[in-house]
Amino acid sequence: MLLLTCPYCGVAAEETELAPGGEAHLARVGPEGTDDAFHAYLFEKENPRGVHFERWRHAMGCGKWFHAARCTVTLEVFGTYPAQTTEPPEHIRAAISAKRPGWTWRDLA
Amino acid sequence: MKRYSAFAIAREALRNHTGWERAWSSPEPRRRYDAIIVGAGGHGLATAYYLGKNHGVRNVAILEKGWLGGGNTGRNTTIIRSNYLQDPSAAIYEKARSLYETLSQELNYNIMFSPRGVMMLAQTEHEVRGYRRTAQANALQGVDTEFIGPKRVKELCPIIRLEGPRYPVLGALWQPRAGTARHDAVAWGYARACSDMGMHVIQNCEVTGVRREGGRVTGVDTTRGPIDCDKLGIVVAGHSGRLAEMAGFRLPIESVALQALVSEPIKPVMDVVVMANTVHGYMSQSDKGEMVIGGGADGYNNYTQRGSFHHVEETVRALIETFPMLSRLKMLRWWGGIVDMTGDRSPIISKTPVEGVFINCGWGTGGFKAIPGSGWAMAELMARGEPGPLAAEFSLDRFREGRFIDESVAAGVAH
Ligand SMILES: Cc1cc2nc3c(=O)[nH]c(=O)nc-3n(C[C@H](O)[C@H](O)[C@H](O)COP(=O)(O)OP(=O)(O)OC[C@H]3O[C@@H](n4cnc5c(N)ncnc54)[C@H](O)[C@@H]3O)c2cc1C
Ligand SMILES: [Zn+2]
Repeated sequence: MLLLTCPYCGVAAEETELAPGGEAHLARVGPEGTDDAFHAYLFEKENPRGVHFERWRHAMGCGKWFHAARCTVTLEVFGTYPAQTTEPPEHIRAAISAKRPGWTWRDLA
Repeated sequence: MKRYSAFAIAREALRNHTGWERAWSSPEPRRRYDAIIVGAGGHGLATAYYLGKNHGVRNVAILEKGWLGGGNTGRNTTIIRSNYLQDPSAAIYEKARSLYETLSQELNYNIMFSPRGVMMLAQTEHEVRGYRRTAQANALQGVDTEFIGPKRVKELCPIIRLEGPRYPVLGALWQPRAGTARHDAVAWGYARACSDMGMHVIQNCEVTGVRREGGRVTGVDTTRGPIDCDKLGIVVAGHSGRLAEMAGFRLPIESVALQALVSEPIKPVMDVVVMANTVHGYMSQSDKGEMVIGGGADGYNNYTQRGSFHHVEETVRALIETFPMLSRLKMLRWWGGIVDMTGDRSPIISKTPVEGVFINCGWGTGGFKAIPGSGWAMAELMARGEPGPLAAEFSLDRFREGRFIDESVAAGVAH
């Protein structure tokens, strides 16, 4: 059972209270994008065995979207953070590095 | 290979069963094979089998990181049906279903195919219309299905409650030739036949890297050393993304957990498979008497072969509503598998950006039923280097080109 703490209202929400929203930090591709960029944006999902960043919604609570950093092999949660950012904040990255030295995700490390 | 037969059983009974051979050999890997298949699940083994049988390619190794059929092939709820909506799906699933009919005889291994019939309940007006449409599509595709009313549903499965608390049963899509088979036996039967053709089935051998030279595959690195090959088939379900990464390309796939459970064994109470997509659960009874139960997949990426408890709760709730007599049954075992989901809920059987590397994946929650057809199509692709009619539509570039094979409705509940 996954427990994520909502960074807005502070509730340690149990999975049934949350709605999963898929891969985090997607850069939307506009009309000027190339075919390759569109293809990558729409279909080439991150599917790591290890550190992963996701969007979640506190659907049965305050209703806010937020981000979570998780491990897909141990189901460990490294931390959650608000949605108003294009990449994980420093303290989240540090928390991951402490437990998974050398981790990478897309072009983050 | 000694054949299994009634005569063999009698002979062995008379000599204390001392004459049975090992079903397959466990050789040391060679330095080189013409073709290597990664993953000894049903799809990998069937690919190897038809490479040998249909195309005469026999210098083949099947490399498995764990044990034979220990992935989703040994974890699924064994539903076999071919009542999909789109033509390319009907073609490959129906090919598979028809091969299943004679697979025990062909492999000389009892895979216990049981064409007991599969019923997909329609519990909303929308579902009624959807299944009527599927029945029409199936008629054009030559797949034998029919839309039946509630009275017939009750005749075929007396333990169903037609007037459920939330959704009454309004009818069902009925495929009389669909059914179940013994999942382990499918893997074991193909493995035995591959071994008999001189192929190497190598367990406890994890592929850790894909060797390439000038955009072409030259071999693989494994936990038992490097092995060379001309052609490489990647058939690893939930781990497809990992293997693709080793070979230097990406896949439109996400890996999530799907769970199933079985009850204590009881006397025979149902002799059909029932799927209820609106309330989200499905059930059949195994030959041992256990009720075999499955439901929805989890909503987030996961590699642990364990899923969320609340999905099990939802599935059981759905089934108690449909079959009230279940409410006092005890559940015996509960497990999960990692399934490889594509956006259009259809598989990928394709060439890849690396020459000599072929991939078969994306069967997601419903690939057990497809094993013989998928192996047939993948073997054709690997032997010729070009897809045949069964595989052509399932290429990797369909996403880029917008040629989706949308089965998200026909796939319904995850099975
Ligand atoms: C709970 C559940 C219920 C299901 N119910 C149904 C159903 O009722 N009907 C239906 O049609 N389908 C069902 N499915 C789906 C079906 O099980 C799968 O689509 C199918 O079994 C996939 O077979 P496969 O051979 O591709 O994969 P698998 O059987 O998973 O085989 C892949 C193999 O690759 C190996 N492997 C992975 N990485 C490596 C590596 N690096 N090196 C070497 N080997 C590696 C794995 O160990 C594994 O043995 C269900 C699945 C689950 C989990
Ligand atoms: Zn909240």
